[in-house]
Amino acid sequence: MKTGMAVLTIFVAASLRAAGPDTVLLRGATVHPVSGPDIADGSVLVRDGKIAEVGARIAVPKGARIVELKGLHIYPGMIDSDTAIGLTEIEAVREMSDLSDIGLFKPQLRAATAVNPASEHIPVTRANGITSVITSPGGGIIAGQCVLMHLNGWTMEDMAVRAPAAMRLEYPNIRMPNRFFASEAPGRASAYSDAKKRYEQQLRELDGFMESARRYRQARAAAGSDFETDLKLEAMIPVLDGKVPMLIRAEKEKTIKEAIAFADKQKVHMILERGTEAWKMAAELKAHSIPVVLPPTLRLPDEEDDPYDKPFSIPGELSRAGVKFAFASFGPGAEDNPRNLPYEAAAAVGFGLPQEEALKAVTLYAAQIWGVGDELGSIDKGKWADLIVTDGDPFETRTQIKQVFVKGASVDLDNKHHRLYEKYLAR
Amino acid sequence: MNRFALFPLALLSAVTPSAGETTVIRNATVLTVTKGTFQGSILIRDGKIVEAGEKVLVPDGARVIDAGGQFVMPGIIDCHSHIAADSINEGAVAVSSMVGIEDVINPDDPDIYRALAGGVTTANILHGSANPIGGKCQVMKMRWGKDAQGLIFEGAPPGIKFALGENVKRSGSPGNGFGASPGLRYPASRMGVEDVIRQALTEARAYQKEWRDYQAKLDRHEQAIPPRRDLRLEPLVEVLEGKRYVHAHCYRADEILMLLHVADDFGFKIRTLQHVLEGYKVAGEIAAHGTGASTFSDWWAYKAEAFDAIPYNAAIMVRKGVLVSLNSDSAELMRHLNTEAAKAMKYGGLNETEALSLVTINPAKQLGIENRVGSIEPGKDADLTIFDKHPLSNYAKVEKVFIDGDLYFDREKDLEERPGKDARKKALIDKEKVQEKKNRKKPEPTEDKKSEEPGGAQ
Repeated sequence: MKTGMAVLTIFVAASLRAAGPDTVLLRGATVHPVSGPDIADGSVLVRDGKIAEVGARIAVPKGARIVELKGLHIYPGMIDSDTAIGLTEIEAVREMSDLSDIGLFKPQLRAATAVNPASEHIPVTRANGITSVITSPGGGIIAGQCVLMHLNGWTMEDMAVRAPAAMRLEYPNIRMPNRFFASEAPGRASAYSDAKKRYEQQLRELDGFMESARRYRQARAAAGSDFETDLKLEAMIPVLDGKVPMLIRAEKEKTIKEAIAFADKQKVHMILERGTEAWKMAAELKAHSIPVVLPPTLRLPDEEDDPYDKPFSIPGELSRAGVKFAFASFGPGAEDNPRNLPYEAAAAVGFGLPQEEALKAVTLYAAQIWGVGDELGSIDKGKWADLIVTDGDPFETRTQIKQVFVKGASVDLDNKHHRLYEKYLAR
Repeated sequence: MNRFALFPLALLSAVTPSAGETTVIRNATVLTVTKGTFQGSILIRDGKIVEAGEKVLVPDGARVIDAGGQFVMPGIIDCHSHIAADSINEGAVAVSSMVGIEDVINPDDPDIYRALAGGVTTANILHGSANPIGGKCQVMKMRWGKDAQGLIFEGAPPGIKFALGENVKRSGSPGNGFGASPGLRYPASRMGVEDVIRQALTEARAYQKEWRDYQAKLDRHEQAIPPRRDLRLEPLVEVLEGKRYVHAHCYRADEILMLLHVADDFGFKIRTLQHVLEGYKVAGEIAAHGTGASTFSDWWAYKAEAFDAIPYNAAIMVRKGVLVSLNSDSAELMRHLNTEAAKAMKYGGLNETEALSLVTINPAKQLGIENRVGSIEPGKDADLTIFDKHPLSNYAKVEKVFIDGDLYFDREKDLEERPGKDARKKALIDKEKVQEKKNRKKPEPTEDKKSEEPGGAQ
């Protein structure tokens, strides 16, 4: 992965000021920087939304607010690498979903423009220690632009870490009709050959689209000021320039193989999304330095005759093979409950993934994969102060999240669920 | 490659029957759920728990299982599942009480083994939620390897599915039918749902009277013609007489109260409210009715009627005196109900025993099988799950599962058998490849035909 990727910062400059001039010293806690060894009785100094200092002993700066956290733990806020937060409020209500749009090639569509900063899902999710998420558009072949955002802010300008964080591509595959939907019912013996034809057609269209984008870029560079803008092709330029990665969904071995070949040919910077069979392609993924956004660990085996624990053991296998990955809560067969991200990671620990690696895969590795390894994902000087204070291991359900800081600001842990709890407990 | 040709590979080799055998599980942390937690042993004989305590004498010839450092809890019970059934919904009619899961049990569903490997020993398999009155349920034990009959929890009280709200109304909306229904199907509103249930129960009451009158005539030695049997109304008469439990799918507080009122009017009790995501809003009324509640830990917002769902639901209902269980309704969630229970500690502050009760003794009571399963007590079935860590930890995994004292899941054995299964799978695939080659030599099938075989390219 190219960590030195040029940074596309649209919103960040404006939001720096929003963090406020506050200086806060969190002290007396066990600090888990993730990037280095734990610090018993450690402190974190937060200034202007960033981490100013981390260590066992930090002198109290003048005017700093002191937060005593004896007996508690400080971890970096967790990052969920695949959610629909802000785009979908109630999944089944058409009017409350902006997840996908019509058409096959929609690189100009931006998740960042449709995220609802007042979504009830935001406070519900961050209450369990998830401080930033990827929200991705769906549908078609090139679905649009993902956003990496903090789970706090009045507007997207406050929230965005990277917009776009990636261009999302659903790599074509031979998809059989879903027998549960009448409109897709096969009813004909040719269902497979039809699906295969559709897939081959989509591959041609994808190649054609990439070629158009490349020619457009060339023509644009050569043309003068009267060049006619094409919004779709324009949106592809940062991808072709290697400034924005392509998040490519490919589940099965065959599709992953094809997606890797595509990324090679098109010279795009690839992040593999979902990759249920990434374990079969581990050597290739490592050789190409392609990181993986995992499907939920808590899912059924992908094949009928897979071992019962296959989904739980895959992260450990990938880790041993040297493939970099991040956990995510969104995916097939999962309940789409991003607040449970830490439990997706924990489920892999019992089946062979070292705990430290699992923790990195919801913090530092996620940040690195999204090109913000120097801004998020660990408790290090200069990074955003996205911190969580817990009374124990955040991977254990019984652990309570006591405080959450996003960009140095202490955020309200109240949410719709807690309000209804108090209201009806008192009934 | 034909998926089904490979399927038998997923089968666990036959269970070693232990009838008449004596087993002692020792050195374990025993979470009895009803009688506290201790370091000790469990003595099993003839499929039953004989003794559980800190000091248990090991009888001569007993099989000893050392569970040092491990945790034994009662086999997990899922009050709401749809695994091991060939079909779920008979949605073409609003009242489908004539159908039942018992007739469509699929003992080869690998989800049975997967549930076992998640520590589940008993599950209530329900009809779907396509109609206000659905089909009959079946309580099963996860006796993987047994035939359909062998899965049935013998002696468990019979049940039936009712359903309210959005799923039921959907068949009344154009273009959203449950496959089988060609057009619009009444009801399309929560008003209609109540009406359908009241109509059916009214019919059942009349049918019950026909049979009572007939019986009365016989008792008076009068000549009588038996009424015509109605297989749709028979189960509903059992409901009216309290002989068949109603497990009612519901979400919103208003529809929950509606159903409780209907049951009151007809003189029976709703056994459990299923899902019951707004149960916390009317927990007092549910408790007063004596109805159980079986809910999800933290699912929400997947549809409009789930938008006020909160993860504190189970805890609030427990605090207000409702008998509560956590269910899965999903072959995936079913694999980790132990950690789902832990969420009721996080959200609402239940203690360990209360949390574990949500997936053991409470669902056992809701299904009327608490004299057989749901806790570790002498006399109960030896349905036990051994975890390597505390079952409320997200790091815990299941090591062994016993049903009726027989070892149905053993992680060690599962791991040992994998290379053999892989080899058999490879042999089958190779054999198929050879066969395919032979077939290709025959002139008959055209190119077109061959390309239609799904997965042929892989």
